Amino acid sequence: MKSLSDRVVARLQADMQIPDLSGTRYNLLRYVACGGMGSVWLAEDTVLKRRVALKVLDLAGPADDLDVRLLREALILASLEHPGMVPVYDAGTLADGRAFCCMKYVEGQTLAQRIATLNLPDRLRLLERVAEPLDFAHARGFIHRDLKPDNVMIGAFGEVLVMDWGLAKVGVTSLEAGETEIATAVQPTQNSLRVTDQGSVLGTRGYMSPEQARGDIEVDHRTDIFSLGAILTFMLTGSAPGELPAASGSVLRPLRAICEKAMAGDPNARYQSARGMTADITHYLNGEPVSAYPEGLLERSGRVFTRHRTAVVLVAVYLIMRVLFILFERR
Amino acid sequence: MNKVFLGLLLGAILGAIDGLTAWFTPEARAEIAGIVIGSTIKGIIAGILIGVFARKVHSLALGIVFGLGVGLLLAFIVAQMQHGYYFQIMLPGGMVGLIVGYATQRYGRGPKLQQT
Repeated sequence: MKSLSDRVVARLQADMQIPDLSGTRYNLLRYVACGGMGSVWLAEDTVLKRRVALKVLDLAGPADDLDVRLLREALILASLEHPGMVPVYDAGTLADGRAFCCMKYVEGQTLAQRIATLNLPDRLRLLERVAEPLDFAHARGFIHRDLKPDNVMIGAFGEVLVMDWGLAKVGVTSLEAGETEIATAVQPTQNSLRVTDQGSVLGTRGYMSPEQARGDIEVDHRTDIFSLGAILTFMLTGSAPGELPAASGSVLRPLRAICEKAMAGDPNARYQSARGMTADITHYLNGEPVSAYPEGLLERSGRVFTRHRTAVVLVAVYLIMRVLFILFERR
Repeated sequence: MNKVFLGLLLGAILGAIDGLTAWFTPEARAEIAGIVIGSTIKGIIAGILIGVFARKVHSLALGIVFGLGVGLLLAFIVAQMQHGYYFQIMLPGGMVGLIVGYATQRYGRGPKLQQT
């Protein structure tokens, strides 16, 4: 009897989680995933006849300001038009009182799933593309604060999308004059300040900077640089950060140095921008010196040789041939 | 660096080195200045031809083949004028052409696209 009632309660709970889309232009298709704030559903936009993703909050609980955060996320995404950002189509409140946000439905894999099939250079190129929307957002004063492999999607066409801006913060100081309105619109309310900015710790362990983990109010965009370094560590080791990749040979040493610099405890010791970090990764991929890693003469010679191997071999063959000719003539 | 200029520069340097090695041949030492100048000019001509080819054709393999061909051809002409030393002149000449052909394709910068 007890198990029957448990099943009934569980069923009722599951049914209650299904969003009530009556009165909206959306038809529910299926459940996709759950997140920190709520669940994501696949729906059909009956007007435009396309599939969309609906992010719907869980039924109202004690942390009632989740709806404010969802609205903030929608406003942030709407204000950041970039190929690396998921477009927002709509936001509002459902008939059952739950807040929702309608976004482009992205079919693809998370970064964590994708990297298993990639070699090192392709992984690094992927990270460069993760940094692009991030740099774009930083330039407009937005900080993600929850960057991790699960929040990066690689779409069906290879597009790289940074998702889940629910914990994003607006740093007004770096906003340009024309974007002040957006900043005002997405400024945290008194209520949400309590949750996200006044000492509470939100984020993901391992990918969260020390200052964010301490609950510092004054975190800036360099907290995302730390997370980007943690993602690079994950890409190199295949496991969650905590341990930096072991330097096996000279190949990984520059990458290890990049990780260390990005994940420095002191934000001033980190890369000061996502672009700065990716510049170093690009240099590494091109066989050029990396700013985070002061190399010795031997390593530099090895790198130059590796980069220009054919040219060096050709010139060496020419010189050897010349020396042989001279020796032959002298005989 | 511009492909033609890179070809010219490399051709001149390698041509000059080519000519300077004649110093190690005692019977040619008296004419070293003429040999170096002639060899440098040969290198410059080869370099410019290879550089111009590299500007038109963007292919590493074809660039190397063309460089080798030009180097061998010019060296053959020089050897004809010398009435001998075909191997000693044509092998380094071909190598110089090959190196310049590779370098212009690999390191030379193509012409900038004009904006309309």
